[in-house]
Amino acid sequence: MGTSPIRRGWRWGLRGVALLLLAGIYLALERGGSAYLQRLAVLFLINLMLVVSLNLFTGFTGVFSLGHVGFMALGAYTSAILTLPIAMKKVNLPDLPAPLASTTLPFLPALILGGFTAAAVALLIGIPILRLSGHFVAVATLGFLIITRVVLINAEAFTRGTRTFTGVPPFTTLGWAALWALLNLYIAWRLKHSSLGLQVRAARDDPWGARGVGVSIARVRLIAFGISAFFTGIAGGLWAHFLTAFSPNAFYFSKTFEIIVMMIVGGMGSVTGSVLGTLLVMASTELLRNMEPGFAIGSFTFGPLYGLSQIGLAVLLILLITFRRQGLLGDQELRLEAIPERVERWLAQRKVVLESPRVRKADP
Amino acid sequence: MDGPPVLELRNVEAAYGAIRALHGLSLSLGPGEVVALLGPNGAGKTTTLRVISGLLRPVRGQVLYRGREISGRPPALIARMGIIQCPEGRQVFKNLTVRENLILGGYRLGDPDRERRNLERVLTLFPMLKERLRQPAGLLSGGQQQMLAIARALMADPEILLLDEPSLGLAPRVVEEVFEALAQLKAQGLTMLIVEQNAEKALELADRAYVLEAGRMVLADTASRLRENPDLIRIYLGR
Amino acid sequence: MHAAGSLEFWIQQLINALGLGSQYALMAVGLAMVFAVMRLINFAHGTVMMASAYIGLLLLQAGMPFPLVALGAIAGAAALGVLMERIAYRPVRGASDVALLLNSFAVAVLLENLAIMLFSPRSRPFPMPALLTRVFHPGGNLFLPSIHLWAFGGALLALSGLALFVTRTRLGLAMRAAAENPVAAQLLGIEIGKVTVLAFAIGSAMAGLAVLFWTAHVGTINPGMGFEPVLKAFVACVIGGFGTIQGAVLGGYLLGALEIVLQGLLPSGIVGYRDAMVYGILILILLVRPGGILGYLEAERV
Repeated sequence: MGTSPIRRGWRWGLRGVALLLLAGIYLALERGGSAYLQRLAVLFLINLMLVVSLNLFTGFTGVFSLGHVGFMALGAYTSAILTLPIAMKKVNLPDLPAPLASTTLPFLPALILGGFTAAAVALLIGIPILRLSGHFVAVATLGFLIITRVVLINAEAFTRGTRTFTGVPPFTTLGWAALWALLNLYIAWRLKHSSLGLQVRAARDDPWGARGVGVSIARVRLIAFGISAFFTGIAGGLWAHFLTAFSPNAFYFSKTFEIIVMMIVGGMGSVTGSVLGTLLVMASTELLRNMEPGFAIGSFTFGPLYGLSQIGLAVLLILLITFRRQGLLGDQELRLEAIPERVERWLAQRKVVLESPRVRKADP
Repeated sequence: MDGPPVLELRNVEAAYGAIRALHGLSLSLGPGEVVALLGPNGAGKTTTLRVISGLLRPVRGQVLYRGREISGRPPALIARMGIIQCPEGRQVFKNLTVRENLILGGYRLGDPDRERRNLERVLTLFPMLKERLRQPAGLLSGGQQQMLAIARALMADPEILLLDEPSLGLAPRVVEEVFEALAQLKAQGLTMLIVEQNAEKALELADRAYVLEAGRMVLADTASRLRENPDLIRIYLGR
Repeated sequence: MHAAGSLEFWIQQLINALGLGSQYALMAVGLAMVFAVMRLINFAHGTVMMASAYIGLLLLQAGMPFPLVALGAIAGAAALGVLMERIAYRPVRGASDVALLLNSFAVAVLLENLAIMLFSPRSRPFPMPALLTRVFHPGGNLFLPSIHLWAFGGALLALSGLALFVTRTRLGLAMRAAAENPVAAQLLGIEIGKVTVLAFAIGSAMAGLAVLFWTAHVGTINPGMGFEPVLKAFVACVIGGFGTIQGAVLGGYLLGALEIVLQGLLPSGIVGYRDAMVYGILILILLVRPGGILGYLEAERV
């Protein structure tokens, strides 16, 4: 079906406006945003990557992973170890084995190696685990998360154990985060609409039928798992070079929970939904977090309410699962194209109504 | 039919999602009557039983038990009123022993005395269960499981017994045994609605029969008249 | 220390394994019962344990004698289990496995953070009576902590009671029937809702009992304390076969034995990886024998 030139014009115009808007927001933040806003923006982009990547696997395949924060940790620690200056390594990681102790990599290769480490581990554990189904995958990946944590705590030569890993160079800028997030979004979008994406979703919606037409579900799932882990690892690296100090506790249950809520809010399988979900959840937790030290309404003071933001997340998730399981968008997308299409459809409908009395559709 | 109906369906329509399974079905069941529900696969026989038992809520129409509307009530409540369904496919509790299965049959009564009396009664009806009381039900043969399923339903002292395909997948000799037992129950005055593929056997037992096709009633008559006109049945059942 | 491999060493291991295994078995039973009746992996089982410990502490601080404290903690756990089912799980019954699992995560996070809000995230000492904390020395270098005896005796009593309940009583049989075939159970007049509430109540009470021993062992309580036990209970269920009471009990004792043996035999350099191995075994069992050692349930493979 051809697209009318008018509609094509519309579409490019809208895309242009959207890009300009994004660039404007970026410049405004970069140049004029407060440190707090810039910080929030970077964290938003990193969270967005985590959510989109998780969605790339869980949303598209229908198989739940509770272990993605483990991939994030792998990316974070790999990149942090690789970029730590040699002098710093002598102090912080005196027991680091030889080749690692005497080399330091620049940011980009270290970050990408972090992503590859995560992807490699994902493929390794994915081969057996992804053959399981339903909540058993969820449980097995939760097992992986716990194993990762135990290893992080015990491999002291590499990670300093439970102590804080400090001195990570602060390489992550708003620009880097934006670049990677855009790449991640683009790839997720392309994957969803590629033949692989179609196969994955076919397998999700009808495992038996998809197998009938020759889709190897395990293989397709594995590819999605690997790509998803790669970007999760990158996000972990970006996060490490943004905060510059962290410990294994950061990569555990509360982070997992946060990402899942963001994904569910936006809708499993929706890329644009992930953007909305991340935005909404971050905004509300930020609000609640600011209330945690205590606040006053009129003459009533509430206060300190530590844990309020987590409670907010939990209540949100329960309400969603009870009343709107598909999240905001389900697996649909917000499309710029939809705007002119809607306008045209609306105009067309009006025309029909004007020309002929509406005919009621017969019952199916 | 003597006396007002015990069970009555009025213009019942039922659907699984968008797929209509029953299009305005009406039927009735008098006290002590045995009625057969016949028809080809997919005619809506099992759906009818599901509607009566409350497993499926009708889209339209009423189900009346002794004149009272029961459609939309939860299945457990309907069972407690005494409308007991013996489901298709011998759905005995395989991990439980034969004895435990039987005791659960009497769950709605909650009366140890009646439980004991009923146990004695069903074991006389199906003596082979007696030696197997301690075995897990999953170890019984198909025919034995069917008998256990019927026995379990009888433990509830049903007001109405709904039987879904009691002869399905059984050897001919076992079918004989099952229907002999059902004949004894009829003689004791039990009201039954039987869904059955084996029209011949069902018509031997039943007082009346309904024939369904594609969710609609196409024929209703006494069993004796239907037995005399086997052609009629053959046309509708496609045999 | 005992020489590894000596008879004394193994007796000591056995004592420890039975003590720990009893706790795991009690925790796992509740998880298994709930899974059996509603196919829910109730992650919030651990937070019930945590809440039960805090109830116990509050009762203790109110000056109650210890037996009443214990009873109150157990009853509180049961009540909380029932409340949880009503508020969070009943409305979503019939949802997908994963939706149910996520809901239970949410409940766990909610309760844990409520506890943080009410009691602060700090650990608090839970003073136990000497009867529970004393250690006997039956001879040689053997240690026999009385808490192991209590745990073993308590588990034996509670689990035997449970076994009698599910084989001898009308309600217990109904629960097993509903777990196996809910439709057939309803056709006999068994109300699934009632049976589910019962499973939550009993399972949570068992967890409340277990957490008394757990707390006596650790000495302190904190809002995050339920996390590890629920995971362990979960592993126990997987080992024994998910969804059966026997499987949970067997799995609990096997897990206890496994942990104690790994602890005793692993060289000190890698003993820290013990838990990694335990969860590695969890994944391995899921792959090789998804029904567990006793299980009826086959995890479907795609």
